[in-house]
Amino acid sequence: MPDPMRIRAVMMGDVVDVKILMSHVMETGQRKNADGDLVPAHYITEVTATCKGKTVMKAGWGPSVSKNPYFSFRFKGGAKGDKLSITWKDTAGGTRTDEVTIN
Amino acid sequence: MSVQDRYISLVAACTLLGASLSLPAEQTSEEAIAEYHAMFGDENPAELWQLRGEELWKTPRGSRQVSLEACDLGKGPGVIAGAYAELPRWFEDTGKVQDLESRLVTCMTNLQGLPESEVLAVKFGDGEQKSELEAITAYVAAASRGSRITIPLDHAAEKAAYALGESVFFYRAGPHDFACATCHSESGKRIRLQTLPQLTTSEGAQAAYTRWPAYRVSQGELRTMEWRLQDCLRQQRLPQLTYGSDVAIGLTMYLARNANGGEMAAPSIKR
Amino acid sequence: MKKTRRDFLGLTGRLGLAAATLASGLFSRIAFAVDTRPAFEATSLKEALAAIGVTEHQDSTEIILKAPDIAENGAVVPVEVTSKLPGTRSITLLVEKNPHQLSAEFEIPEGTEAFIATRLKVAETSNVLAVVKTDAGVFHAAKVVKVTLGGCGG
Repeated sequence: MPDPMRIRAVMMGDVVDVKILMSHVMETGQRKNADGDLVPAHYITEVTATCKGKTVMKAGWGPSVSKNPYFSFRFKGGAKGDKLSITWKDTAGGTRTDEVTIN
Repeated sequence: MSVQDRYISLVAACTLLGASLSLPAEQTSEEAIAEYHAMFGDENPAELWQLRGEELWKTPRGSRQVSLEACDLGKGPGVIAGAYAELPRWFEDTGKVQDLESRLVTCMTNLQGLPESEVLAVKFGDGEQKSELEAITAYVAAASRGSRITIPLDHAAEKAAYALGESVFFYRAGPHDFACATCHSESGKRIRLQTLPQLTTSEGAQAAYTRWPAYRVSQGELRTMEWRLQDCLRQQRLPQLTYGSDVAIGLTMYLARNANGGEMAAPSIKR
Repeated sequence: MKKTRRDFLGLTGRLGLAAATLASGLFSRIAFAVDTRPAFEATSLKEALAAIGVTEHQDSTEIILKAPDIAENGAVVPVEVTSKLPGTRSITLLVEKNPHQLSAEFEIPEGTEAFIATRLKVAETSNVLAVVKTDAGVFHAAKVVKVTLGGCGG
């Protein structure tokens, strides 16, 4: 199972400031290992964020997002105590969902 | 105009020329790199290792099905706050001077009953192969953030470890006749864009030691002092440094003691 | 010394891995996973933009693109985009000199700020582009990032 994300969701005025770190190799499929073999591509393709049933962010990623990705965005309509859920999916069928409480 | 006057006006002209050249506020590459580092802010992927390390610290495992929360890192069982800043140190129960990583191996094998082969299977992570030791080290080291490095060097074995580390630091060997000191005993040396710390001084040792473990951008991995040292020896073309060996702990002791009083700021983020 | 040891370990490691992955049924998924999204497979800026439905786009000072002048390591280049353009629907990041130009697309639903920050791999010194789709058309901002160490190698 993939490792958990580290998500921070903090109110800044009426805006929720979201900062996410994800644990992922983000292999491009173009890198060779020490034996000279191509390392197969393995990267996150989709990230979605939902708060109170509403999609507040949807992102499509390619392999050029850095390893162990960092992603930050801001949205309105959330409040302290609300839950924010983040989900990623990758090229190998892997997926991970984590939830945090906005504070 | 006397020769001296001419000389002075020449210097003045050169100074002016120098000034006008630097006026358009062209950033030096060092400043630009500092700006690049600043853009990372507090968002260090090392936190992903800390999270995993915390989980590993608190989960009952091994044949005894206990967590590491009874592990004594020198400040009493389970105390991690400030513990990293006081390592390496002498441990009565093992009769050895240990750094954090070798001490963790002791706790995982003796306390939890995990087989040593399993504990040491992945010392340094690589992509999908993750190292438990790196994760736990990140978690424990983070609990010393803001703590002052305190290495009193009271015990005779601690003094001996320091002496061993010092002698290895200056020991020239290998096909390039290299020592740690070749690069790290003078100020202002650098490799490519990286300024090399002068580890023989308090200032230089503090600048370096307080920032390990670190998330290494070029590898996308969290790296510990054991990794840093074995890579230094590899770069010197010396034989592979054995994990948790007297030499590894001696070098760590030498650096930690030289950095005495420095404020821990690890895990950091590095190139 | 290291190489020989690694070769030996690599061989047994690979056999072990192959057995493990076959057993878990993961093999086909990992080995044959391809990106079916044509925009991410594009190999020129023009092709990538066309694939996301962009033919015309204007330079705009209302898009603030923050990226370092020099990246010490191209593997991780912080990029931040804020669009002050009304009706911003999406923000797309592209790296001109990368093997595939399209890096990431972000949909901005109603109520979400036209702001994103992330970190990208930049293979060599290159223009980084932020393309913003709005109700009133497509706009862009660009910035050159100098890379001292390529971001797609080891």
